[in-house]
Amino acid sequence: MADTALPLEAGTTVNRPGLLNRIFLHNLPAKIAALPMMATVLVVFVGCTVWTIYYSFTNSKLLPTGKFIGFEQYERLFSTSRWNVSVSNLIAYGLMSLVFTLVIGFVLAVLIDQKIRFESAFRTIMLYPFALSFIVTGLVWQWIMNPTLGLQGTLRNLGWTGFTFDWIANPRMVLFALLIAGLWHGTGFCMVLMLAGLRSVDDEIWKAARIDGIPTWRTYVSIVIPMMRGVLVTAVVIIGSGIVRLYDLVVALTNGGPGISSEVPAKYVYNYMFSGGNIGQGLAAATMMLLTVLIIMIPWAYLEFGGKGRRT
Amino acid sequence: MSQTSVLTGVTPPQTAAQVEARGARPKPFFTPRKIIIYSILVMFSLYYLFPLYVMFTTSLKSMPEIRFGNIFALPQAPNFDAWVRAWTSACTGLTCQGLAPGFWNSVKITIPSTIVSIFIAAVNGYALINWRFKGSEIFFAVLIFGSFIPYQVFLYPMVMITRELGIFGTLQAVIIVHTVFGMPILTLLFRNYFASLPQELFKAARVDGAGFWRIFFEIMLPMSLPIFVVALILQITGIWNDFLFGVVFAGTQNYPMTVQLNNIVNSAQGTPEYNVNMAATVLTGLVPLAVYFISGKWFVRGVAAGAVKG
Repeated sequence: MADTALPLEAGTTVNRPGLLNRIFLHNLPAKIAALPMMATVLVVFVGCTVWTIYYSFTNSKLLPTGKFIGFEQYERLFSTSRWNVSVSNLIAYGLMSLVFTLVIGFVLAVLIDQKIRFESAFRTIMLYPFALSFIVTGLVWQWIMNPTLGLQGTLRNLGWTGFTFDWIANPRMVLFALLIAGLWHGTGFCMVLMLAGLRSVDDEIWKAARIDGIPTWRTYVSIVIPMMRGVLVTAVVIIGSGIVRLYDLVVALTNGGPGISSEVPAKYVYNYMFSGGNIGQGLAAATMMLLTVLIIMIPWAYLEFGGKGRRT
Repeated sequence: MSQTSVLTGVTPPQTAAQVEARGARPKPFFTPRKIIIYSILVMFSLYYLFPLYVMFTTSLKSMPEIRFGNIFALPQAPNFDAWVRAWTSACTGLTCQGLAPGFWNSVKITIPSTIVSIFIAAVNGYALINWRFKGSEIFFAVLIFGSFIPYQVFLYPMVMITRELGIFGTLQAVIIVHTVFGMPILTLLFRNYFASLPQELFKAARVDGAGFWRIFFEIMLPMSLPIFVVALILQITGIWNDFLFGVVFAGTQNYPMTVQLNNIVNSAQGTPEYNVNMAATVLTGLVPLAVYFISGKWFVRGVAAGAVKG
């Protein structure tokens, strides 16, 4: 493991020859203690990523031994309807989920911030779904949305015969079914983040706005939300990177169905790697997911860390 | 740092939740404004509570009662038959041993993964703050950046690595994977916490001649109970709820509870038994729910800290 750490260590010390020995012996226990971290960074986060990108350019089928074939896997990827459906699903679901999570999270946080009674009870109720797994979430909602015995069947039995809530079995509505379950799981958490943001705004600001006669809603829109920029950006990054990973919920709720109407990229990757026997294709799809995250991350990292350099 | 403290929320100074609430001054209870606020909050609460209600009531019903088709109704003769079936004999499509093996697999995965990942992360955070060495900050930056990369990117190479090590399809593989992917957020957590402790303590111990491990075990650890609680909550719920790593790395014999649950509900043959399905779902949710309700506001800190993990 120490060997794998060599290139980077050596690279940072070329400017000061002669100190090389001290670089390795200095702080030796700390370096030994940090070996698992170095190994994780170099082998997993750097090594595995490079490996995945490299082998996405090969024609590997059952074993990753194929030869280099350029962008063929990617051409095939984007001519596969299942992948294209997955991508457009993710975009549609992602935008809806992002907007609704932020809006609901913010509205709930504002309501809870109005010096209400039972505040902690409301918070407890709103956050508990976040403690449950996506599998549990998906299975409960699958049962609630069961067309014959769930909500639809119940209301029809109670006399509302025209009631329709068959989203889970309807290819055009299944993304909304996913959305209901996803929002149930995640909005409480967004509310907690937003509430922390709201309460970090100085009370003096509120007093000043009240003295100036600015209406409350206007204070929120023009003063408080801009002041919460940090929390909002954090929330967007967290929700966004969660959306790209969307997998368990789909497996539990719809398993991609009906047909392929609720497939998502993460599921595509898994299926090609572990049951489709086409590793190159799965790796190409995984690389596209990586690219998506980089597109989200780089502007954020630039905003957050750019300019003043690293923060401590 | 101001933004990280929103994320981690665990630096010793008071957290945002403890700051006094804002908004209008208390008024008489039944103003129209209050009525609107409470009705919206109650409506949302119903949305959040309804699945919990349905899960429990369905699991206590009998199948004929469920076929009657009223998801709102309370069970006429509540009984735990479905719970027993779910625990001991529900079928996953392959075997009919119920959830019990999955439960014990999850225990066997969660306990060591939690201990190992927290210990390694605590040492990392300590080394990053008190024993900086050349390149340590670069490792840390890559570690944090790596936590945003979708797991799908690492899956196949990790399968190959564990296969090379001869542990693919065993509990050890899952434990290693959880340790690796829990490392970024936990290291961040401990690093920020140790950074907030007074440096004089560390320096005094150094002057007295204490070494790396002695300072860690005798000075740092006793002072970091709060952050350990947060890390524990984060890891126990996170690892218990994991599905992807379990299904990829554990092997059929060692599937954790979430995977078994999904197999019971989604790949069982024959007519679905909704009461057994819901009982199994409740059983799988019980551990994280217990952690949630016991830990109270610590959970909020934990998930806020774990937010980066996504």
